Amino acid sequence: MKVNKVKTAAEAIREIRDNCSIMIGGFMGCGSPKGLVEEVVKSGAQNLLVISNDTDFEGVGVGKLVASGQIKKLIASHIGTNPQTGRKMTAGELEVELNPQGTLAERIRAGGAGLGGVLTPTGLGTVIEQGKPKVSVEDKTYLLETPLKADVALIKAYKGDTWGNLIFRGSARNFNPVMATAADYVIAEVEECVEAGAIHPEEVMLPGIFIDAVVVQGGAEE
Amino acid sequence: MMPKEFIARRVAREFKNNDIINLGIGLPTLAVNYIPPEVTVLVQAEHGFIGMGAKPQAGQEDWNLVDAGGRPTTIIPGGAFFDSSVSFAMIRGGHIDKTVLGALQVDRQGNLANWMIPGKLVPGMGGAMDLVVGAKKVIIAMEHTAKDGQPKILNTCTLPLTACQEVDLIITNMAVIEVTKEGLLLKETAPGLSVEDVQRATEAELIISPELKVMEI
Repeated sequence: MKVNKVKTAAEAIREIRDNCSIMIGGFMGCGSPKGLVEEVVKSGAQNLLVISNDTDFEGVGVGKLVASGQIKKLIASHIGTNPQTGRKMTAGELEVELNPQGTLAERIRAGGAGLGGVLTPTGLGTVIEQGKPKVSVEDKTYLLETPLKADVALIKAYKGDTWGNLIFRGSARNFNPVMATAADYVIAEVEECVEAGAIHPEEVMLPGIFIDAVVVQGGAEE
Repeated sequence: MMPKEFIARRVAREFKNNDIINLGIGLPTLAVNYIPPEVTVLVQAEHGFIGMGAKPQAGQEDWNLVDAGGRPTTIIPGGAFFDSSVSFAMIRGGHIDKTVLGALQVDRQGNLANWMIPGKLVPGMGGAMDLVVGAKKVIIAMEHTAKDGQPKILNTCTLPLTACQEVDLIITNMAVIEVTKEGLLLKETAPGLSVEDVQRATEAELIISPELKVMEI
């Protein structure tokens, strides 16, 4: 197999156009594909739907897309570390849909795994249940949460090979592997890229089948 | 001693050997500093690892290893990393023994509100809704009243709920209160406080435990 998925950030980001939906990995900046996010800012693509656990800190990572005003709607679990997101939401400049973090992860997993949704007890009796069907299974009640998919996913790994097999490091894994399963075009930002075969199959944390482009960037930073 | 330290010290006494625990940001996280040396617990971090250790020394920070507040931390030998989906399988699936969270309001039925104040503050629920539903025991650690002196332990929560009837124990600077089917059971009062002092600062009526004692830290 002579597949080489290595691209420059600018080449890979051409997939992102106005009105795109984008999943962005990371948890408060840890495991966030900061180089790719910079390219999205540069691309000027507008009216984006962004699915991300949080919006990082003000002016950092996903926070740069909040600042640039390119996001029309955000689906996240927590926005408290970036006050600008809250200000834009209150001012009506940004639509925000909050999901419990575990529900967000499972909706994405369902999208990537070809499932029609998930049944979760989380959110029962809260505003989260509004408008959602309730389903009883073996005498327990659950909320039906629908699957989430996106046009593009931007993820961050520590090391990848030219086929897109990936290794993550530390708590930087978080939403990255699951998001890679749930988008039509998946771009992985890696700190180091090796030839296919240089990563032992037992050590591959995410198989390259989910990856469309590998972009080599710098290391983790504050 | 500051109220926060007092509460954190009392929370730490709830941990038993080999407990798997998850701690909210802020006051709950302080509790790890006061766990007795003979007690070993495993701290789970919802964004993807178990076995959280102490803060790293200055200069030793690894930005690929952060706590739930996004600040550098460490992992103990025997710890493990995983992704968010696996992490919430642990949390929602009942594999976490105890979670400790802060609260804006708690009520007589064990309802909890801790994720938003409409029109004022909407940080989001993060992992709290899953933790409260999934952990075997839910402990609320908070100051007994709001900054303006208003009660936070109510007959019925007025803020948007995080979860229904999931709280098991409330630990404050004034008291330890268990949520029971009959209502809120006052089990311990802080040194120097009477039952009346605690009741005055609490909207919901308290049932006084026959084994009422003074909080020990």
